[in-house]
Amino acid sequence: MNNLLFDFTVDKASKTVSITREFDAGLSLVWDAFTKKEILDQWWAPKPYISKTKVLDFKIGGRRFYAMVSPEGQERWVIQKYTSISPKTNFKFFNAFADENENPELPGSEWNHTFSEQNGATKVSISIYNESLERMEKQIEMGFKEGFTMTLNYLDELLKMLSKK
Amino acid sequence: MRRDVFQAIADPTRRAIITLIALHAMTPNAIADNFNTTRQSVSKHLRILTECELVKQEQQGREIYYSLEIEKMKEVDKWIEQFRKIWETRFNQLDKVLSTIKKQKK
Repeated sequence: MNNLLFDFTVDKASKTVSITREFDAGLSLVWDAFTKKEILDQWWAPKPYISKTKVLDFKIGGRRFYAMVSPEGQERWVIQKYTSISPKTNFKFFNAFADENENPELPGSEWNHTFSEQNGATKVSISIYNESLERMEKQIEMGFKEGFTMTLNYLDELLKMLSKK
Repeated sequence: MRRDVFQAIADPTRRAIITLIALHAMTPNAIADNFNTTRQSVSKHLRILTECELVKQEQQGREIYYSLEIEKMKEVDKWIEQFRKIWETRFNQLDKVLSTIKKQKK
């Protein structure tokens, strides 16, 4: 399962993060997983966080308005405004943190997603452009927390597994 | 005001200074010779880099030499690694979701 391609690079000069990943599923399904709220909410938030999408209007000028909810119930709202859509090929959105009333905290970042299918597997390439690296760091501040919680969570599972032996 | 390694690398001139002094320690004048800006402006960047603890100063005779704190630069890599992990986890979760949906369809 994990021989699937995963490529992650951060280019500080062009302020761009590039992520490429292959999935063992057809293009239509993978496209849906990125553009339909029912599926997105099942995987978008690294556990134990939960993704809660309030609005998803997948059309140019439309938006996804969602919250990352921490295990303690703390919500961090994000607004993603769709700026370009080529069905089953590419879509772009402008990403920004927001308050619970959808007021964005600028500046944000520009996300570009490209999809392609080969031999039944689907490759997704995402590039995230940030106006400032500082901003990029802020975007990740919560990620740090997530990462840390995640690590603890894994440790927990690992310990449980080991104790069974 | 918050000063950290990310603020240091957010500016192109500071990135260029980092690249220069990564090779060997330099005086502010020698650094300024590489830029078309004023010495004052280079001094300001050096002050910020010092406050970010990314460079260290060393007095040699009458001159002050600036050099890079390599360990501090590694913080950037740590941060990138955390970010990478989030995406890895997110996509591993997506693998599971996709495989569940595929099974349901069969």
